[in-house]
Amino acid sequence: MGLLSSTGTLLGKELLTEFRSRELLTTTVVFILVVLILFSFAINPTSEESREFGPGLLWLAILFAASLMLQPCFLREQANDTLSSLRLAVSDPFAIFLAKLLANTLFLLLTEILMLPLFAAFYNVPVLPQFRYLLLVLFLGSLGVSIAGTALSAISAQARMRELLLPLLLLPLLTPVLVVSATVSVSLLDREPVVQWKGIGFLAIFDFIFLTALWLFGEYLLEE
Amino acid sequence: MGKRIVFGVAAVLLVVAAAYANFFVAPTERTMGLIQRIFYFHAATAWAGETTFFVCFVANLLYIWKRNPKYDWLGVTCAEVGLVCITVVLITGPIWAHPVWGIWWTWDARLTSTFVLWLLYISYLLLRSLIEEPDRRALLSALFGVFAFLDVPLVFFSIRWWRTQHPAPVIMGGSGSGLDPTMNKVFFFNVLVMHIFAAFLIVERYVVEKMKNDVELLQREAEAQ
Repeated sequence: MGLLSSTGTLLGKELLTEFRSRELLTTTVVFILVVLILFSFAINPTSEESREFGPGLLWLAILFAASLMLQPCFLREQANDTLSSLRLAVSDPFAIFLAKLLANTLFLLLTEILMLPLFAAFYNVPVLPQFRYLLLVLFLGSLGVSIAGTALSAISAQARMRELLLPLLLLPLLTPVLVVSATVSVSLLDREPVVQWKGIGFLAIFDFIFLTALWLFGEYLLEE
Repeated sequence: MGKRIVFGVAAVLLVVAAAYANFFVAPTERTMGLIQRIFYFHAATAWAGETTFFVCFVANLLYIWKRNPKYDWLGVTCAEVGLVCITVVLITGPIWAHPVWGIWWTWDARLTSTFVLWLLYISYLLLRSLIEEPDRRALLSALFGVFAFLDVPLVFFSIRWWRTQHPAPVIMGGSGSGLDPTMNKVFFFNVLVMHIFAAFLIVERYVVEKMKNDVELLQREAEAQ
């Protein structure tokens, strides 16, 4: 099986597993919602402040949610002892990562799209005018989070205290994604919106670098 | 053993000489005054720390490639020594910044990326402490080390381009930058000394790591019998 067809099959498996239970999606949506509401209680922003800080808080909530959502990614395989059969089934172990990170990106993006209307209402920030660009930033950001997160969840799954370890490894590594996505989103949701192409390009470069690293080193992450 | 003692004594004497040069040889800076003298030590330690982390990155790559435990020992050694250097940098920085800028800390690119670098290597050591099996610990931490090192330039540029007080680069900066010739000599002497001192720490720590490994092996042999 080639890389693409194995990735497709595995992606189908990931999606099927998730949509049977919808556990990850439900919990992530509720989690982001709780965090957004708590942020609002914590800082009680005015309308101007919401525009300025809202997108950053949204990204922070996404990052926290992702560090929880990515936990079961490899843990599930470990609990069911299916990782070695997965490795035997595909010729290129990169397909396992590719399928998992695509599924994770999809889940993240889906939760974000579900959250956006609520975010717009709670923080009084209209998101529709710049929706296309916002979606692009959400996609590139979530892809970056998923690439780094999938790689690190393969690491943390093999350690003790894994639930605590993943956020500790992942969140500092995602500093660039947070800085850039938040800044680009703030300028998109400004009263006079600006599309920061440089930032969008930077996110694409982040994704590319970590995807290449995962492609080069992924097979070692799955070594028994 | 004898060589290590000589190296250690030489490294410490060099640090003393560097301190003497910082306080008595370098001229007093015109606007900042005496506090500027911490710069030699601060920036030189930062350079030494960055070199050490680079060696850590190379050791991590070599471990993934060759699977020789020696590279793993070198990796953890360099991560720890680098962390010590960067901790010194993060402490001496604010001591200088408070009188000169009037604040202890600012979220500037170099400060922030140094801080994130520090956090990443703390995570690296934390990860090591949470995996029992030596080969797995070595491989997984080496992989994390590679990802962490790749992240550092990204952190730096993301903050430089999108979050904008650290003084602009003085050494190898653009035109108009540059140090007084004596200051320059003192600075590069400090850079050399801090690299030698870091190398001394690396050698000592490496020996400890090797011993730790020997003890683990012996313990396992004893348990098997």
